[in-house]
Amino acid sequence: MTAPRTTADIGGMGHSMKRKEDPRFIRGQGRYVDDIVLPGMVYLDIVRSPFAHAKITSIDTEAALKIPGVLAVITGKTLEQYNLHWMPTLMSDTQMVLPTEKVMYQAQEVAAVIATDRYAAADGVEAVQVDYDPLPVVVDPFKALEPGAPVLRTDKKDKKDNHIFHWEVGDREGTDKALKGSDVVVKQDIYIPRIHVASIETCGCVADFDRAMGKLTVYMTTQAPHAIRTVFALVAGHVGLSEERIRIVSPDIGGGFGGKVPVYPGYVIAVAASVVLGKPVKWIEDRMENLQADSFARDYHISVELGAKKDGTMTGLRIKTLADHGYTDAAANPSKFPAGLFSICTGSYDVKHAFAEVDAAYTNKPPGGIAYRCSFRVTEAVHTIERITDMLAQELKMDPAQLRLKNFIPPEKFPYKSALGWEYDSGNYPAALKKAMDIVGYDALRKEQAEKRKKGELMGIGISSFTEIVGAGPSKQFDILGLKMFDSCEIRVHPTGKAIARFGTKSQGQGHETTYAQIVAEELGIPAAHVQVEEGDTDTAPYGLGTYASRSTPVAGAAGAMAARKIRDKAKKLAAHLLEVSENDLEWEPGKFFVKGAPQKAKTIQEIAFAAYTNHPQGMEAGLEAVSYYDPPNLTFPFGSYICVVDIDRGTGEVKIRRFVAVDDCGNIINPMIVDGQIHGGLTMGIAPALYEEISYDENGNVQGGSFMDYLVPTAVETPRWETDKTVTPSPHHPLGAKGVGESATVGAPPAVANAVVDALAHLGVRHIDIPITPEKVWNILSEKGAAEP
Amino acid sequence: MATHTITVTVNGTAHEANVDSRLLLVHLLRDVLRLTGTHIGCDTTHCGACTVLLDGEPVKSCTVLAVQADGSQIMTVEGLERNGTLHPVQEGFWQEHGLQCGYCTPGMMMTSYALLQRVPRPTEQEIRQAISGNLCRCTGYLNIVKAIQYAAAKQAEGGAS
Repeated sequence: MTAPRTTADIGGMGHSMKRKEDPRFIRGQGRYVDDIVLPGMVYLDIVRSPFAHAKITSIDTEAALKIPGVLAVITGKTLEQYNLHWMPTLMSDTQMVLPTEKVMYQAQEVAAVIATDRYAAADGVEAVQVDYDPLPVVVDPFKALEPGAPVLRTDKKDKKDNHIFHWEVGDREGTDKALKGSDVVVKQDIYIPRIHVASIETCGCVADFDRAMGKLTVYMTTQAPHAIRTVFALVAGHVGLSEERIRIVSPDIGGGFGGKVPVYPGYVIAVAASVVLGKPVKWIEDRMENLQADSFARDYHISVELGAKKDGTMTGLRIKTLADHGYTDAAANPSKFPAGLFSICTGSYDVKHAFAEVDAAYTNKPPGGIAYRCSFRVTEAVHTIERITDMLAQELKMDPAQLRLKNFIPPEKFPYKSALGWEYDSGNYPAALKKAMDIVGYDALRKEQAEKRKKGELMGIGISSFTEIVGAGPSKQFDILGLKMFDSCEIRVHPTGKAIARFGTKSQGQGHETTYAQIVAEELGIPAAHVQVEEGDTDTAPYGLGTYASRSTPVAGAAGAMAARKIRDKAKKLAAHLLEVSENDLEWEPGKFFVKGAPQKAKTIQEIAFAAYTNHPQGMEAGLEAVSYYDPPNLTFPFGSYICVVDIDRGTGEVKIRRFVAVDDCGNIINPMIVDGQIHGGLTMGIAPALYEEISYDENGNVQGGSFMDYLVPTAVETPRWETDKTVTPSPHHPLGAKGVGESATVGAPPAVANAVVDALAHLGVRHIDIPITPEKVWNILSEKGAAEP
Repeated sequence: MATHTITVTVNGTAHEANVDSRLLLVHLLRDVLRLTGTHIGCDTTHCGACTVLLDGEPVKSCTVLAVQADGSQIMTVEGLERNGTLHPVQEGFWQEHGLQCGYCTPGMMMTSYALLQRVPRPTEQEIRQAISGNLCRCTGYLNIVKAIQYAAAKQAEGGAS
């Protein structure tokens, strides 16, 4: 890694600067949404359905309204008066805010109680009497598409089945031909189950409608405040909410991971309640509501075929997927990508022929299709290609590392056009894998494994060499509801040389207040300590699409660099004026312009800033500020190689991760400490679905795993001591050469774990195990193979 | 609903409050006393975001009734810093990047504080066991372990206790 260009005092790129946001967090002085209390504020709680599919025959609110403190009960009928009982989803589908006729999943919102305190609101919820007439439940997406299956979306007049969309990409015929001509084809059905981000802070808001001024302020747990403002204006324009009188404030956010992108009914009901009552209304989910009703991730039923020559050269990849979207397609994807960026499924390999198709079905489950810390279905794609690659190695009796090295897109082929249409900007895959193999001691581990097998001990080594696709995205392809996926930064340099920088994104723990300040420091030489970063208030920050899909650094970070460069251009003019030389005679080093050949003749950025307000040349506008709306020319393609070593207990089926080595390449690094922290966290959210987490449903649509009693978020005990390292392959098109890193590890880790477990059991004839790989699943396999310890 | 007058000493300050029988300790702290550093993350005592010390023992304040704390000494995250000096645990979390979103952090720090009171130089395994009732979704725990090790070393040098 190259040395930082700036001194530690300035703290530009490459410095492991302590985080600027931490002084408030370590004192318990963060300001999360539930910390906000406004005068006269009342509380909202939600009545939810016990049935997965049922007609609502009556809602009796009388008893609830008699409870002391209960002010109002809102039902679908209340909202229907304002035509607010349905709302659009980001994927041009529709979602109920509150039902008027029937419920479509267990835990769906049925009515809302507003009361003077949260206990009274909960009492009110208990007292609302709802009568239901149960309807047939459709849980399995395959059955949902069978002829004769009950049609769920009876609200859509012409809908005759439960099919949502068909999407395909690639060369179907060419791929069929390539597979037919292959020496070997490996095939596998892979289910990637429903999981939930389970950020430790749940979702919520305080909606505050000021009747006198006609202004709505909503403090809400959102990763995309600006887009939310526009959505509110579009959805509720007909009841008088106009965009200039809507202010969305995203306060400190206790983890997002994609779960705080969608607009949930609770937000909308709280807004409606505040408008109706003229009081601030607080709505905060509890954990069970969070897990049972908020957007899920994954739920892809995948069928994959990979062809190869005898020597292991991959020839073709064909993937057919059925996506379970629940009762509405509320995926948080760019609008033109119903299956997100699943077409990154050729991964790190030079596969000439590929074809992928996804069909989606309605079922009686909560809506969603969010990312769980990934860039729109990239995790599903990576799991598929990395799992099937290991199966190919097993079939050909090749070492999985050697098979990968044989098929990697060679470093000299970048930029590389993939069979499914992406232009990978840069990469050096062999370097990352070899580094990971060196660190873990790959050859020695293989020897150890062979010896252990002789003794009947189960140990496995799993590799994942993933490629991500992040930083959405170029405006020619990427929009959400028509809003192009640019992002923004506005920088104002004050007369004394300090600055404020505002961005269109919103940190949920990523450390933007620090890393963005470091970007400004890198470009302007103003110490990062003197750069205040603000985000999340739509009244002050420039418009942007928000933080998800690892887009903050690739898009908003780039905007920060570009805005700073505009400021530097003006600063150069000011410096030339102050030094009485031509601009062409000036050179820049972080923090000052100096005269070429006479470095003692210099003006610091602070002196220049002062002059911008006190001594600017005639004809030049005063001030030193700039704004940039950055439209990335391409996506970025972070990559890495992970190696996981597991030991399996033959008595219990428990998988113990002994070691986990992660070599990541996210291009140039802004803050190494923060990058490592992101990877540690991502790895933990990677082993979670591999071994522990799943939200499943019984045949009646009853949720299993709807609280932290059943939904197993890894603790410090299961989580291994991460070993991380880097290679650095800068992005050629990003102004800072950065690529984004927040999600790499979540995307890359699950197949490393799954491959390690299968590797440990391969000699018993095991080829594949669906995640989560629970002790029960492993123990059943061991028992079946006669390998369980009694 | 019956109400009770209780007295609790929070971070050294005595408070008298008139509370419903069912009021949770976490709501007494957050909503009545407006000490919002203690967070709520689940309702089943699993996540530990609401951890405070009740007479020196870490408890999950979402499953303690306020009336059960009558007459007790309570310490919250707001009580860690003394006279403008950060506690070594706070210093450690900052120095070692032991937090990201900051939501689990107060509970995590209170558990860490209690651990170091009991075991001044814990092993990594002891640390991991001690914080296993506190969930963190951001950090992957490694830097939290380092933060606690930092605090332990700092205390051994004769820093604050």
